[in-house]
Amino acid sequence: MPRPLRRQSIDYPLLTLALLLSVFGIAMVFSAGQTDVPSSFVAHAWRRQLLWFGVSLLACWTVTRGSVRLVEWSAWPLYVASCLLLVLVLFFGTGAGTAASMKGWLTIGGIRVGQPAELAKLATTLMLARVLAAQRDDVRSLFDLWRPLAVIALPWVLVMAQPDLGTGIVFIGICFAMLFWAGVPWPLLLMLASPGISLILAFSTGIWGAWFLILVALVLWYRPFLLEGVLLVVANVSMGVLAPLLWDQLQPFQQRRLLVFLDPSFDTRGSAWNVTQSKVAIGSGGLTGKGFMLGSQKRLEFLPARHTDFIFSVVGEELGFVGVTIALALFLALFLRGTRVASRANDSFPSLVAFGLVAASFIHVTVNVGMTLNLMPITGIPLPFLSYGGSFLLVSWIGIALLLRISAEGRGQADALGL
Amino acid sequence: MSLHPNEVLRRARIARAVLLVSFTTLAGAFFRTQVLESESYVKLAENNRLREVPLPGSRGIIYDRMGEIIAENLPGYSVSILSPTEDSLRRALVGLTRIVPIDSALREFIVRRFRRAPLRPAVIFSDASFEVISALEERRVEFPDLIIQSAPKRYYPDGEAMAAVVGYTGEISEQQLALPKFATYKAGQQVGRAGLEQQYEAQLRGKEGRRFVEVDARNRVVRDAGVRADEQPEAPPPLHTNLDIDLQRFTHAYFGDSLRGAVVAMNPKTGGVLAMYSAPTYDVNRFIGGATTSYYQSLLDDPHRPLYNRALNGQYAPASTFKLATAVIGLQRGLVTMQSRMPQRCTGGYYFGRVFKCWEKNGHGDLTLAEAIAKSCDVYFYQLGLKISLANLLAGGVSLGFQDSTRVDLPAELRPTWPESVKYFNKKYGPRGWNASVVLSLAIGQANNAQTPLTMARFYSALATDGGAPRPQIVTQAVERTQILHLEPAQLEGLQLALADVVSRGTAAGAQVQGLTIAGKTGTAQVPPHPDNAWFVGYAPASNPEIVIAVILEEGLHGSRAASVATKLMERFLKKKLTLNILTPD
Repeated sequence: MPRPLRRQSIDYPLLTLALLLSVFGIAMVFSAGQTDVPSSFVAHAWRRQLLWFGVSLLACWTVTRGSVRLVEWSAWPLYVASCLLLVLVLFFGTGAGTAASMKGWLTIGGIRVGQPAELAKLATTLMLARVLAAQRDDVRSLFDLWRPLAVIALPWVLVMAQPDLGTGIVFIGICFAMLFWAGVPWPLLLMLASPGISLILAFSTGIWGAWFLILVALVLWYRPFLLEGVLLVVANVSMGVLAPLLWDQLQPFQQRRLLVFLDPSFDTRGSAWNVTQSKVAIGSGGLTGKGFMLGSQKRLEFLPARHTDFIFSVVGEELGFVGVTIALALFLALFLRGTRVASRANDSFPSLVAFGLVAASFIHVTVNVGMTLNLMPITGIPLPFLSYGGSFLLVSWIGIALLLRISAEGRGQADALGL
Repeated sequence: MSLHPNEVLRRARIARAVLLVSFTTLAGAFFRTQVLESESYVKLAENNRLREVPLPGSRGIIYDRMGEIIAENLPGYSVSILSPTEDSLRRALVGLTRIVPIDSALREFIVRRFRRAPLRPAVIFSDASFEVISALEERRVEFPDLIIQSAPKRYYPDGEAMAAVVGYTGEISEQQLALPKFATYKAGQQVGRAGLEQQYEAQLRGKEGRRFVEVDARNRVVRDAGVRADEQPEAPPPLHTNLDIDLQRFTHAYFGDSLRGAVVAMNPKTGGVLAMYSAPTYDVNRFIGGATTSYYQSLLDDPHRPLYNRALNGQYAPASTFKLATAVIGLQRGLVTMQSRMPQRCTGGYYFGRVFKCWEKNGHGDLTLAEAIAKSCDVYFYQLGLKISLANLLAGGVSLGFQDSTRVDLPAELRPTWPESVKYFNKKYGPRGWNASVVLSLAIGQANNAQTPLTMARFYSALATDGGAPRPQIVTQAVERTQILHLEPAQLEGLQLALADVVSRGTAAGAQVQGLTIAGKTGTAQVPPHPDNAWFVGYAPASNPEIVIAVILEEGLHGSRAASVATKLMERFLKKKLTLNILTPD
C-alpha cells in the first residue's frame, strides 16, 4: 500500500541540493535564451523547463510514495517496456537539434514525447540492481556475470544502433559502477574492460602491445578458467585488429567528433568549432564571469547548443570560476550524499539502485562538463538539472525520488550501524 | 552481493575518493582555463565579437603659393557592408538593387573587394550621393549589416584649371595592392592616381582610424555604437606648392574651349612652377569616387585627347624657339659673336643639296646674330648650324639638357627627344639613309627634336638668368640649379637683348604689353599635314625676370599667337603681384 514519507525521514540535504541545482538550471536556461538576435525557441525554453520542473516535482512526490519493494517489483516491466520503446524508436524515431542524424526521439503526431533512452537508463539501473542483488554467490569468474551483462547488453545494443554513443558510454559506466558496488573483484572488472581498452589502444600498436602484456600478466596471476583466459586474449587481439574496421563503421560525424577530441585543431570550423567556442566562452569568463545574462559568446551565438549540451559553458562565461566552483560543489555534495544513501541502504537492491543512480548522474556530469573544456569527447550527453530537456529532468527527479525513498527506508539500519 | 558493512564502507570510501579526485580535476581544469589562461581567451572572445570598421582619414590639403586651396576634403558618405559569406553578400546586393542602382559589373567588383578582405566591410559606394544615402537610411532596418558613414571626399575647387598638375585620387587597384610599395594599403582605400596626388602620396595620405561594431556568430552586425572607443583618423600636414592658382585660372579662362596646347610657367631663378596647364582639360573632380564609364569613355574617345598631359609630356618640335640653343652653342665654341654675319645673306632660301627656305619668302638680307634672333631668320641659322657641324650641334644640345627630363616632382615625365650623336641617324635611317643637311633642320628646331613645354621653360630659365637651369619644382624644396650655358656675361647679355628685341620689334612685336619689357622667342613648327604649331617661350620683366613661360598652341599657325597668350599671362601674374605688393608693402 503506497504511503507518503514521514516528514522526519525525508533526506533534506539531498532534496535541497536537487532543488538548488534545478533552480540554478532554470536560471541558466533563461540566460541561454537571452541573445542579441533572439530565437524564440531558446528564448522561451525556460518556461517549458519551469513547467517540466513542476511536473518533475509532482512525479517525485508520487514516486516517493511507492515502497522500495514496489520499485523492485516494477523493475521487470519497466525494463521490458523501455527495451520495447528502444526498438520502436529505431523504426519510428526522429532526430532533434544537434543530433539530427540520430533516431533518439519518440514522436507522436509530430510532437516529440521524449527520449526512451532516458527511461532505459533508469529501468536498466533498476533491472541491474535486481539481478545483482539476487546474485547470492561471490563472483569468481566472468562467466558468473552473464546475467548482469545480458541485462546491460540489450539496451546498450539498441542505443548504439540509434546511434547514440554518449548514452552507450553512460550504460557502460553504470554497469561497471554497479558491478563494483556489488563487490566484483577489480581484476575481473579490469578483464571485463580489457576488450574495450584494447579497442581504444589499438590506434597505436606499441601501446596496445604493452597493454596486452599487462593483461597477460594479470590473467596469469588471477588464474581464471582456461576458457575464460583464452576468450579474453582472443577478444583483446580481435579488438586490436578489428578497431580499424570498426572505425570505418562509425558515422562520419562520430569519427570527426572522436578525432576532434584527440586533436581539437583537426577541424576548426566544424566539430571543433563547438569545443573551441566553448573554451573561449569559459576562459573569457575569468574568475567572476561577465555577469548573469551578459556572456558575449552566448549573446552573439558563438556558443552552440547553449541551452542544452553546452549550458555549463554559459555558467563558465557568465558566472566565472566562482560560479563553476559553486555548481561543481553542488554536484559533488549531491553525489556524496547519494553515496551515503547507497551505503546506508537496508538491502542490496536499494543500495545498488542508489549507487547506480549516483553513478549515472556522475558520468553525465563529468562527461558533459569535461566536454566543455575538451577533456571529454563531444557525445551530446546533457548535464543533469541544468541542461534544457523535459524528459531528462523528469527522469533525474524520479532518480532523486528513489534516493529519497531509499534514504528514508535505510536510515534505521544505518543509524544502527552508527554510520 | 556482499553487504557486509565493512565491505560497503570500503567501497563507499573508494567511491568518495573517485568523486573527489574527479571533481578536483575538473575544478583544476577550470581554474587553469578561467584564471591562469583567461587573458588569451578574453582576446579570442573579443576577436569573435568585434569587427573593425575603417574610418577613412582625410588626405592632406594642397595649397598654392598664396595659401589658396588647390585640393581639399569635403564631407561625403561611403556605403559599405559587412557580410558573413559571399552568398549573403550577393543576396544583400540583389536586395539593395531594388533601392539604389547597382549594376552587375559593380556587383562583381564589390564581391571581389569582399574576397580580398572578408573581415573588412566591403565598400559599395565610396562616395554616395545624398539621394542614395537617404534612400538607404529610409530602409535601414532591412539591411542591418550596412555601414553608412561619413568619408571625406577629395575636392578640387579649380578641377579643370588644375587637372594637369594636381591629378586625382581613386580606389587602389588590385594590381597596386599586389606591389610591395602598397603593402600598408587595404582594398577600398584611396590612393593618388596622377599628378601631385600620386607624386606626394606618402605625404598626403591620411592615417585611417577605426571604430568597432559587434557581430554575432554569423557575422551579422548586432551593435554598432559604443562597443569600444573609436580610434580617430588623422590628417597629415598640408602640402604647400609654388603654384599660382590665379594664373592657372586665368590660363584656363584664356584657353577656353577654342585653344589647344599647353602652358608651363615657372620662376626662372628657383624653378618653382607657377602654372602648368594642358588644353583641352577635364574635370578631375569627376574622377573622385570613380569616374563614370561614360565620362571616362568620352575623354578617351575625344580626338583631342584631354587626358594627354601636354605640359609635362607633350612632345613638340621646338622650331624657332630652339634657335637660341643653336646660338648658344655657336657662342660657346667662339664661332660667332652677337655681331657676326653669315657668308650668305638671306634671300628667302639657302641651297644645300636642295633649297632650304626661310620663312620670310622675300629674305631678311644681311643680318647679325642679334638681328637674326629678333627676325628669326632661318637662312642665318642654317649657316650657323653648318658652321657648328652636326656632331658639335648634337653634343651641344645634349649638354644644354635637351635629352634629359626635367625631374620635376610629378610622376611619369617622358624624356624629350634629341639625338645624342650621328650614330642615332645611322641607327635610325641606315648609314646612307640620311645626309648632312639634317644639321640645317636641327639648327632651326625641326627634324629629330621633340621638346616639352617644361624642357623649353627650363632652357629659357637659364637664358633669363645667369645660365643656370633650375630643376622645376611644384612643391617648395631646396633650389637646385645647374649651369648649362657656360657663356661670358657679355654673350649672355647679348642674347637677352636680342630676345627683348623679339618682342619690342621682332616676330612677337604684336604681343607687347604696356609698361612691361618682355623677352622671348616665337616658334612656328611645321607638322604636316596639320596646320603649324605655335610656340612662344619667354620671360618678364626682361631686366629682372620673375616668370618664364612656355606656351604651345597646337595648330596655332604662328608663334606670334602663342606670344600674345604668353605675354597676357605674364602681365596677369606680374601686375597682380604688383598690386599685392602695393597693398602689402612688406
